[in-house]
Amino acid sequence: MEQGVVFAGFGGQGILLAGKILARAGMEHGLHVSWLPSYGPEMRGGTANCTVVLSDKPIGAPIVDTPWALVAMNAPSLDRFEPQLAPGGAAVINSSLVKRDLERTDITGIQVPVTTLAHNLDMPRASNMVALGALIRFLDAVPQEAVVQALSREMEERGRESLIEGNRKALELGYEEAGKVLDGS
Amino acid sequence: MSLQLMRGNEAIAEAAIRAGCRCYFCYPITPQGELVEYMARELPTRGGEFLQAESEVSAINMVYGAAAAGVRTMTSSSSPGISLKMEGISYMAGARLPGVIVNIMRGGPGLGNIAPAQADYFQATKGGGHGDYRLITLAPSTVPEAAELVMEAFELSDRYRVPAMILADGMLGQMMEPVELPEPVDPADIPARPWALTGAKGRDPNVVLSFDLDPQGLKKMNQELQAIYRQIQHNEIRWEESHTEDAELLLVAYGTMGRIARTVARLAREEGIRAGLIRPITLWPFPYDPIRQAAQSVSTVLTLELSAGQMWEDVQLAVGQRADTPFYGELGGVVPTPRQILKEVKRYVSS
Repeated sequence: MEQGVVFAGFGGQGILLAGKILARAGMEHGLHVSWLPSYGPEMRGGTANCTVVLSDKPIGAPIVDTPWALVAMNAPSLDRFEPQLAPGGAAVINSSLVKRDLERTDITGIQVPVTTLAHNLDMPRASNMVALGALIRFLDAVPQEAVVQALSREMEERGRESLIEGNRKALELGYEEAGKVLDGS
Repeated sequence: MSLQLMRGNEAIAEAAIRAGCRCYFCYPITPQGELVEYMARELPTRGGEFLQAESEVSAINMVYGAAAAGVRTMTSSSSPGISLKMEGISYMAGARLPGVIVNIMRGGPGLGNIAPAQADYFQATKGGGHGDYRLITLAPSTVPEAAELVMEAFELSDRYRVPAMILADGMLGQMMEPVELPEPVDPADIPARPWALTGAKGRDPNVVLSFDLDPQGLKKMNQELQAIYRQIQHNEIRWEESHTEDAELLLVAYGTMGRIARTVARLAREEGIRAGLIRPITLWPFPYDPIRQAAQSVSTVLTLELSAGQMWEDVQLAVGQRADTPFYGELGGVVPTPRQILKEVKRYVSS
């Protein structure tokens, strides 16, 4: 098993942190992981992305030809990465900002209005966690509890314990919303 | 076992502190900024000195000074910054001073860009500064290996009194992987430095110099250096070899390209191409013999680099006429994906 996941969006949407929490959860769940950020001369409001690889074997290339899953927080991200996705893979699409469907039919679209949902929770900066929750409903490599634990530890280390509860709720909301799309439940 | 998810830059910094580095001097540059930040935050709280100098030239000469005073010391930079340090590195080599220099390479020449590249191989292994000197050059391909090789760099540099370089690139510096950090070195285990300038109380004064105006004297100093280099070449070559036993095609790649090549070799095997891989870990001393051996039984030795072909020259020296020695490289900070490289591999197998 080796799965590549791309997180992409505007700088400031928490793309890099969402990827890091997934990588950390994978590590704590016993997988080999790598986290590779784009690090050009970027600024807030520009584009950002990172690639996470989860594997049961040591990881060679941390760059991925055909990602298994994508989190597209804005339209340019979907335009750029949709063609690269592996057949059978999925894209979590932030339908608050992305107003189109997938062009391909061999991948699953998980439309979740992550920006709106985070606002409704009064946690506008937790849209990345809503998206991460939706993603892990599709990915089976890392269980939800491992992601919640990685999120808590990451916040503790940053001295942001007060944000754990809200972010956990955001994550769970994303997980539920993706379930509606994936299982119709 | 406690694993931490760390950036390459941070793992290198932490490993240096655990190796006993107590003086770190720098001038900031991307893509190794996190290394500087980590040292600025951590080193002063752990018994060391962090100093941001006014320039790279100044920082390397501070390393020269700290090393002469007998301290484990390090500096780090990225390609253009390393170029500025070359004079100081040559002086350290001449004065037989240990010390570690980290180069998180970026695209060049000139100001280039901040993307990952491997175009400083010549500079590191063939003498970027003046004079007949060598740098022990270690090339990690993963974050945990970077931490391990930093410890190793301090050990080797001390043992032979030859400066050592960690040659990595922006991808390794920026990416995160799980690391099990090495145990800190016991200061009592750090080799004694009877040559260091420590105040000369109750003993004859020591002298640390990189010159001898008498040609016969300088000749002798150079001969001693060359003898040390021969010892290092004899004792310290490191490389990783996989699937070379039955290989029809041998890949040679180091660092970031080395790990991408591991994926390429696996994909090639899945398609029935018997690919093997040699990944040099020490770039100097270079693993000529292992590559020569592995080349006996293959028809093609394909060198992969993020450069126009620098290590390629050493691979050609090793292989000679034993096999074809084509090259595939990307330039300017472009990193190829495994499948792009696989296409090249197939080209050479079918021809």
